[in-house]
Amino acid sequence: MQAKDIAELLNEPACTHNTKSKSGCARPKPGATAGGCSFDGAQIALLPIADVAHIVHGPIACAGSSWDNRGTRSSGPTLFRIGMTTDLTEQDVIMGRGEKRLFHAIKQAVDSYSPKAVFVYNTCVPALTGDDVSAVCKAAAEKCGVPVVPVDCAGFYGTKNLGNRIAGEAMFKYVVGTAEPVAVPAEAQRPGITVHDVNLIGEYNIAGEFWNVLPLFDELGLRILCTLSGDARFHDVQTMHRGEANMVVCAKALLNVARKLETEYKIPFFEGSFYGVTDTSMAFRDFARLLKDPALTERTEALIVREEAKINAALDPWREKLRGKRVLLYTGGVKSWSIVSALQDLGMVVVATGTNKSTEEDKARIREIMGDKTKMITDGSPKALLGAVKEYQADILIAGGRNMYTALKARIPFLDINQEREFGYEGYSGMIELARQLALTLQSPVWQSVRKPAPWAKSSAPGVELGA
Amino acid sequence: MAEILKRNKALSVNPLKASQPLGASLAFLGINKAIPMLHGSQGCSAFGKVFFVRHFREPIPLQTTAMDQVSTVMNADENVIEGLRAVCEKSNPALIGLPTTGLSETQGTDIKRLVKDFYAKHPEYAHIPVVPVNTPDFTGCLESGYALAVKAILETILQPSNKVGKRKKQINVLAGSFLTPGDIEHIKELIEAFGLRPLVLPDIADSLDGHLTEMESSPVTVGGTPVGDISSMGESIATLVLGNSMFDAADFLKEQTQVPDYRFDCLMGLEAMDSFVFALTEVSGKPVPEKIERQRAQLQDAMVDSHFMLGFARVAVAADADLLYGFSRLLTEMGCELVSAVAPARANILNHVFAEQVAIGDLEDLEVSAKRNAAQLIISNSHAVETARRLGIPVLRAGFPQYDLLGGYQRQWVGYRGTRQTLFDLANMLVEHGHLEPEPYVSNYALRTGESRATPAANKTH
Repeated sequence: MQAKDIAELLNEPACTHNTKSKSGCARPKPGATAGGCSFDGAQIALLPIADVAHIVHGPIACAGSSWDNRGTRSSGPTLFRIGMTTDLTEQDVIMGRGEKRLFHAIKQAVDSYSPKAVFVYNTCVPALTGDDVSAVCKAAAEKCGVPVVPVDCAGFYGTKNLGNRIAGEAMFKYVVGTAEPVAVPAEAQRPGITVHDVNLIGEYNIAGEFWNVLPLFDELGLRILCTLSGDARFHDVQTMHRGEANMVVCAKALLNVARKLETEYKIPFFEGSFYGVTDTSMAFRDFARLLKDPALTERTEALIVREEAKINAALDPWREKLRGKRVLLYTGGVKSWSIVSALQDLGMVVVATGTNKSTEEDKARIREIMGDKTKMITDGSPKALLGAVKEYQADILIAGGRNMYTALKARIPFLDINQEREFGYEGYSGMIELARQLALTLQSPVWQSVRKPAPWAKSSAPGVELGA
Repeated sequence: MAEILKRNKALSVNPLKASQPLGASLAFLGINKAIPMLHGSQGCSAFGKVFFVRHFREPIPLQTTAMDQVSTVMNADENVIEGLRAVCEKSNPALIGLPTTGLSETQGTDIKRLVKDFYAKHPEYAHIPVVPVNTPDFTGCLESGYALAVKAILETILQPSNKVGKRKKQINVLAGSFLTPGDIEHIKELIEAFGLRPLVLPDIADSLDGHLTEMESSPVTVGGTPVGDISSMGESIATLVLGNSMFDAADFLKEQTQVPDYRFDCLMGLEAMDSFVFALTEVSGKPVPEKIERQRAQLQDAMVDSHFMLGFARVAVAADADLLYGFSRLLTEMGCELVSAVAPARANILNHVFAEQVAIGDLEDLEVSAKRNAAQLIISNSHAVETARRLGIPVLRAGFPQYDLLGGYQRQWVGYRGTRQTLFDLANMLVEHGHLEPEPYVSNYALRTGESRATPAANKTH
């Protein structure tokens, strides 16, 4: 990938902060950087496409450290769970045999697993030695009779965020618009309901959480052509251009796909989230708004009234346990605000939120939701986080998995909000799971046990005493 | 305080209970060069032998007075005397355990008199202690039979004394039946780490730990508490009593010898272990060794790591009282809920089990209440494997018998380290069998029939 292509990807007109300093797209600082590379971002964005053979072209480190990172779920094929890499050797690199190996690797994947398509993720070493991955993909596709999509995402191109965009770009360039959706099956048609086709972009079905929401789409008569990319199939992605409305779910990173679908295919989109009661209702309302179908609007409002009443009743006992508990939120980008509304729905107080990876727009949203006095934390080092927990008298830290052990070692209750987590929180019913997990860690008797000194100890209790 | 639900049905289905004579036999199997001989029909011993052979995967010495039809109706006294003589003559044991059974108790045997009669008739065997104990299988369970046998051993061998602390480093351990050979091994290591010498009664860690020996076969136990040591228990500096079921035996020991004792209902979990280790520092006057402090810190870390899975987890436990109590305490310490608790027989400690109710019953009772209360995991013996399968939940094997698991007999449950492994295992089971994720849902509008799971195609080579 050439420098101008990277610059092009970094220029995202749909981002309101595009003209300002691109804090979300800043260059990494040596010695002071956390977070993944472009390969990481591209793989995460596309790996959930379940019936595709995902081949990582490079030496072992890239695939070896990341394959079967089991967050996302499929309702059918499990091919995406099978790790595939060319595992380049020293000889391959020296002798320039990477391309040949890749070609045979693609053929082997097709022969052994009959995938609907093959995605080839290019990584640093072959990018550096100059393997012509797209040419190999083209040749292999002709030979095997299966689409082979190059995803040129060498780690040194930039951040994980850039990798997400590269992935979106690859889908748009090679896949979207290459097939038409089949007609809605007759038996699925219901009188008086016009079925609308929609897409979800940046929805990853972590721990199967989207299945909390999907039945409601069915009920409303919204057919999801494609969720990019949770529980998706290759064919779904091919048909995205026929959507009537798109939702960008909590992930700025694939905004380029939504924007291009809007400019090239005139598909309107909105940004939303399925975390929390308020945001989930909002998402359904936004679909109705964009689709301009009065009957749909009516059905949507009725569904919202019913679901909110149901979930509010179910959440009441949990609210009693959680009301007034103080949360310190430290997550990347959009999650810094999308999860806030869910926590507020539970009666919790978000005392501070991390904004290290947030864009200007994210920050604006935070102020909108939490008020102007909200503390924004930019230093995510363990020491700073623990200091903030103490300073704001937080009862719990909510953050990504990598911060989990920072909290636990300091004997502080914790909730994992990242993609590796084992629980799904989306939709109305997901709120129950979120509440359960929050109460579980907040109320756990282990905190008292591990803070108490041994009966024979003379020193005072270890760990951080919390205000709880 | 748990409410105790009495047995309320005629038929016991999928029994949880193992009998008192079995428990008594187990206690005798922890004495060196000993052999238990059940006073009953030959089946009483044969079944018991198979029970322990399958659990420990060891040869088990177990004899029988072999009551037949005539001796059952007329008088079986001669069976006992003849049986004792034959065992003495053939095997020259250091001790013979003589538990009664339902059969001999119903017949109305006076087992203590029979032992006197034996010595009167065979003074040449006066040097071999015979320990009679009344353990009908129509009361109690394995745990109570074991406790009765331990008390009977003390009653038979221990003389009243007043020599507390004559052996400055010796500390008595009355080990309850909930302890495995692996547990006792660890307890001995802990005690030794404080510079003390443990005298464990009974010591199944020395006899049933499963080790190959020079000796190819033996008609009596190989290893266990030496009989000679038992009479020196009055000279120890203290006694550690492990398990509520042992408290009766402990009362007797204290009465006879004045040796002060420290009593523990369980040794699982941070709190329970803290008080045990604290007692060891008091008795020894030594600080807690670095190694043990480290194990404690490791347990704390495991508690924190596993609380995400174990918090609010709904667990069903069926076990003898001491083990049930221990698990209830550990589970509560972790924020789990004990939603179904079943014990085979009454015991004092059951009132203190951390659960709303404790049922005296069987594995059917466990199955019904586990199902009703949506339990996510079962802790019980190997018989509960089928129960768990029917309920579609995992089972952690604990207690007697464990016939389908290699090494179950030596698993270490107690101590900081044993607790840590238990927490890991429980958490892993919940994750692996967890149904916390939403069920896969396929949209009505999706045409996804005939999708297949990924498996490599056969006969494709490169």
